[in-house]
Amino acid sequence: MTTVLEVSNLRVSFPGANHTRFSPVDGVSFSLERGKTLALVGESGSGKSLTSLALLQLIPDPGRIEAGSSIRLGETDVLALKGEALRRIRGRRIGMIFQDPMTSLNPVFTVEAQITEGIHAHFKVSRAEARDRALRLLQEVGIPDPAERLKAYPHQLSGGMRQRVMIAIALSAEPEILVADEPTTALDVTVQAQILEVLDDLRSRRGMAVLLITHDLGIVAGRADRVAVMYAGQIVEEAPTSALFANPSHPYTQGLFASVPRISGPLRRLTPIRGTVPAPAAWPSGCRFRPRCPQAFDRSEIEPPLLSVGPDHRMRCWLAEEPGKSTAR
Amino acid sequence: MTPLLQVRDLVKHYKAGGLFGRSATVVRAVDGVSFEVARGETLALVGESGCGKSSVGRTILRLQEPTSGQALYEGADIFSLDRTALRQLRRRMQIIFQDPYSSLNPRMSVGAAIAEGLEIHRLATRSEMPGRVAALLEEVGLDPSYAKRYPHEFSGGQRQRIGIARALAVQPSFIVCDEPVSALDVSVQAQVLNLLSDLQSQRGLSYLFIAHDLAVVRQIARRIAVMYLGRLVEEGPTEQILSDARHPYTVALLSAVPEPDPTARRNRIVLSGDLPSPSNPPPGCPFHTRCFHPLKSARCTTEVPPLRSVGGTVAACHYAESTPRVSEMSVA
Repeated sequence: MTTVLEVSNLRVSFPGANHTRFSPVDGVSFSLERGKTLALVGESGSGKSLTSLALLQLIPDPGRIEAGSSIRLGETDVLALKGEALRRIRGRRIGMIFQDPMTSLNPVFTVEAQITEGIHAHFKVSRAEARDRALRLLQEVGIPDPAERLKAYPHQLSGGMRQRVMIAIALSAEPEILVADEPTTALDVTVQAQILEVLDDLRSRRGMAVLLITHDLGIVAGRADRVAVMYAGQIVEEAPTSALFANPSHPYTQGLFASVPRISGPLRRLTPIRGTVPAPAAWPSGCRFRPRCPQAFDRSEIEPPLLSVGPDHRMRCWLAEEPGKSTAR
Repeated sequence: MTPLLQVRDLVKHYKAGGLFGRSATVVRAVDGVSFEVARGETLALVGESGCGKSSVGRTILRLQEPTSGQALYEGADIFSLDRTALRQLRRRMQIIFQDPYSSLNPRMSVGAAIAEGLEIHRLATRSEMPGRVAALLEEVGLDPSYAKRYPHEFSGGQRQRIGIARALAVQPSFIVCDEPVSALDVSVQAQVLNLLSDLQSQRGLSYLFIAHDLAVVRQIARRIAVMYLGRLVEEGPTEQILSDARHPYTVALLSAVPEPDPTARRNRIVLSGDLPSPSNPPPGCPFHTRCFHPLKSARCTTEVPPLRSVGGTVAACHYAESTPRVSEMSVA
């Protein structure tokens, strides 16, 4: 296994009321391996998207990445980079695709102009060579009639085609890492299946590391090697995909599974998690899931660290040390 | 017993373009759709974006005027009602929208938003109003004190509950639920789905539940109608559709549902291509451009297949008898 990216103790903060700061991302650590997919799963407000933006120092003002955070890309300390050096990483070593391809594409430029822009930014090639590469990229992401599509504008393409173009743009600089932030959330299910196939195919052919950010456990099941579940700015459980699905251990993860409607198996009433995700400025003390947790107990008043619950499987819950109490399967 | 709602040959076409001298094209959003909803029942209308499912919901409430067709509510023809009669009918038929952010007036307190329908239909006196609003808030699982607050103070799930309370205020018997949980997080989605089914059994409501997610639909609907390019392509009891769909499009939709279980190696049918434009639907079977049916033939490109009973469902496919099940497709 080759680690290509190592994030440790990442904290992103924003100013709150009365000159305080709060941290929507609060001590997140993970690593990405070459040719593998890590899924970062969470609901809105969990901090998963800010985590991905921090990888390229794209945190919007007035947010900032706190001292003590570290992002290592091979030998490079990403958080020490500025200006030109940072620009050479963005796209070139870490590519990104977002949920909504329509707002990420520029409506007044052709597909060709938008793909070749990235190629020219990172490689010294002729216009003909750049065009050639753009054509091959469109083929690679499965766009039919690629020569015609190069001349098209974004509004002339369907949602699925736009997302393929976005992927082609992200690939144009041949990054080692692809960050996909809810890449199929805006798409219909049949098109979603196509896009996930494309991403999977590219990962295995190019040996890219993929960070897949999603709220959908169903997508994770078929695609990711490893899963990290986020809640209230922290990773609350992480494990290889098969272990996490076979034995979801954190009460929040268990709650998520009980909330998901299934297409097969016996029909049962859903068991939702009570309450709602607290706002980042109002996270409870102790275990952040405590007010919603059906298994909270006296130790939950102290914030738990990530504790081992199995081989390569950890969770942020004291139940890991009290096997008699846990309802984990 | 006559069904609560009967829709026959509903057609809704939109004119698009035509600006700056370009000739207008007709978007055939709904192209001859018929179905019935019984009292106390939920019919799910399922399809992908652009299939016309929301247009169906809005047209039968006359939020949009139909191009042609008929919709009968308790036998009364909705499309020929005058304004007074239509207003009376709107008390019986309500709608819940997908986006609870844009369907509530940001300047109206939650209490005022819920009371609006009661005032319009004169269902409560001024002195009764606060009590009625409080009872409605409690019924949808919100604190009655929220009546004085404004929509921006609430989360998505809470706003959807407010939207539901607002619809319930006028004591309707039929509610169009237009993608009511699509914008919600999974844990909140489950809360709202449970609420909708509890309300249905307590109040004997009928739902037309418009959605794209078959797993969500399974939780709430006893029958499913699948739409593709403005037409119904299959209809039947939920468990029958899930286990033995006869239209290839339904089979593809089912196979594309991401199931949170890595051990279930399900066969994914990855459809080629995109949804054709409803302004220029393909001739013959609307699905033939993306169809994977092994018997697909020239007939599919010329002859529109009618809906007919096959097995336990009604399906519009010339070769519905031999449509492969998801489990029979070769593993991709």
